[in-house]
Amino acid sequence: MVKPNSKVIVVTSGKGGVGKTTTSAALGAELANRGYKTVVVDFDIGLRNLDLIMGCERRVIFDFVNVIQKDANLAQALIRDKRSENLYILPASQTRDKDALTREGVEEILTELRKEFDFIVCDSPAGIERGALMALYFADEAVVVTNPEVSSVRDSDRIIGVLNSRTRHAEQGHEIKKHLLLTRYSPSRVQRGEMLSVEDVQEILAIPLLGIIPESPAVLNASNQGVPVTFGAVSDAKRAYQDAVARLLGEVVEDTSQKGWKSMLLGGLRLFSRSAV
Amino acid sequence: MSRHASLPTDTTLMFQLKGGLYPLTALQLLGNDLPVFERQLTIKIEQAPKFFNNAPVVIDLQKLHQPSTLIDFKKLIEILLHKKLIPVGIKGGLPEQQAAAALAGLPTLQEGTKETQKTEAAAELPPAALSIPPAEIAGKKPVDSLSSNSRIIKDPIRSGQQIYARGGDLIVLAPVSHGAELLADGNIHIYGPLRGRALAGVSGDPNAHIFCQSLEAELISIAGQYKISEDIDPALWRLPVDISLDAGRLHIRPL
Repeated sequence: MVKPNSKVIVVTSGKGGVGKTTTSAALGAELANRGYKTVVVDFDIGLRNLDLIMGCERRVIFDFVNVIQKDANLAQALIRDKRSENLYILPASQTRDKDALTREGVEEILTELRKEFDFIVCDSPAGIERGALMALYFADEAVVVTNPEVSSVRDSDRIIGVLNSRTRHAEQGHEIKKHLLLTRYSPSRVQRGEMLSVEDVQEILAIPLLGIIPESPAVLNASNQGVPVTFGAVSDAKRAYQDAVARLLGEVVEDTSQKGWKSMLLGGLRLFSRSAV
Repeated sequence: MSRHASLPTDTTLMFQLKGGLYPLTALQLLGNDLPVFERQLTIKIEQAPKFFNNAPVVIDLQKLHQPSTLIDFKKLIEILLHKKLIPVGIKGGLPEQQAAAALAGLPTLQEGTKETQKTEAAAELPPAALSIPPAEIAGKKPVDSLSSNSRIIKDPIRSGQQIYARGGDLIVLAPVSHGAELLADGNIHIYGPLRGRALAGVSGDPNAHIFCQSLEAELISIAGQYKISEDIDPALWRLPVDISLDAGRLHIRPL
């Protein structure tokens, strides 16, 4: 039986290099932390990265394409995370290309996964071609990862248009829920006018804000060490991803990321008192 | 049980004749070099493939540079059909041209406005060309068909999306993003910022307007006259404006 509350969430952006895979890993890990059985699926066939970011690259034996082509079954291809018993990953194939993905094959795998998992996080490749279309077609919700700069915003806008028209839900006349996740956000650079502000981005994209992930060395460290940000040491980015997951689950969370620079402007005292604790 | 079922089948009407005004794209033929025409048409269609997909068109001869040119209508029809445009008739032209068109199967259409009805009597046409029911020539008010062909869009129009209001106004109640394209035979109203392209009067109506609440457009055009963002007076940027054609030039007026 398919789990009744099972949700397929696509993490997408149009543009490459904005943090889709980092986000997929961080959201997946935090959902698992909260006790939800979660699988992160790498749709970037041919440019496999998710396994590196999640630190399980040496444990990949079978992959997504092997399962589609019935060379292996799903249980053989799923890798369980060593840090959480609730977290699994389905790695992409490095040797094949996106043409190996068929809609029927993807549907079959996702239906299988829905029987086991509460959340299925689909890490989309960049672009708006086959791989990206396959990753989003069966989605129930979408997280649109955007950097605060014009080309990323425009590509996100394009992908939102695609989400509105080329998902299964859209074909049946329903809109899927879309969430904006701003990544690599630097309040000081916004202050200097080097970056778009949250308000600028929201005005253009006009979808609800899931969270703002600050530009942070913690993110780079996490990627290099193969540890999802939300499994790593306490950091501003970890906190921001935790808040994003809370909002994804429908909780109301106060926005702290923006307070950063406001409190810096309004009174250094608060910052001092916080760091003294 | 129903009244319908109790009637003998012969008295059940299979058709009715009704007048109607339908919007059509006019293809204004300017010259008669058909190979060049075909190349240029191909380029035009590549720019907006969906816009032209199986669209019915009227071949308008009124703008021919050499009005008396003899036109190979058979070849012209062939080119148009090949490009997925469906020629449904011609407009204007000399009696010889109209006769040649009729031979090729294209009737001559009367224009729907009152002035042309007065000046161009139906009697001038070869009877075979009269495919329009009289009710249509008598004409309903154009307003009826315009209003019924208006499109109202409530959601933001995203980069890469193209929306066309055929034969009417396009009304958008949300932002229009960079890289989005709006087309309308009539006016375009945007109750939000216009950041993409807006082309009003695309079938040649010089009286069309574009209204928007914040002018941030990549391109604006009315009846083929266009301006790109660089050409727009910076003083008007981000203002609510009314754009119209004034003596053949685009005029932007702050609201």
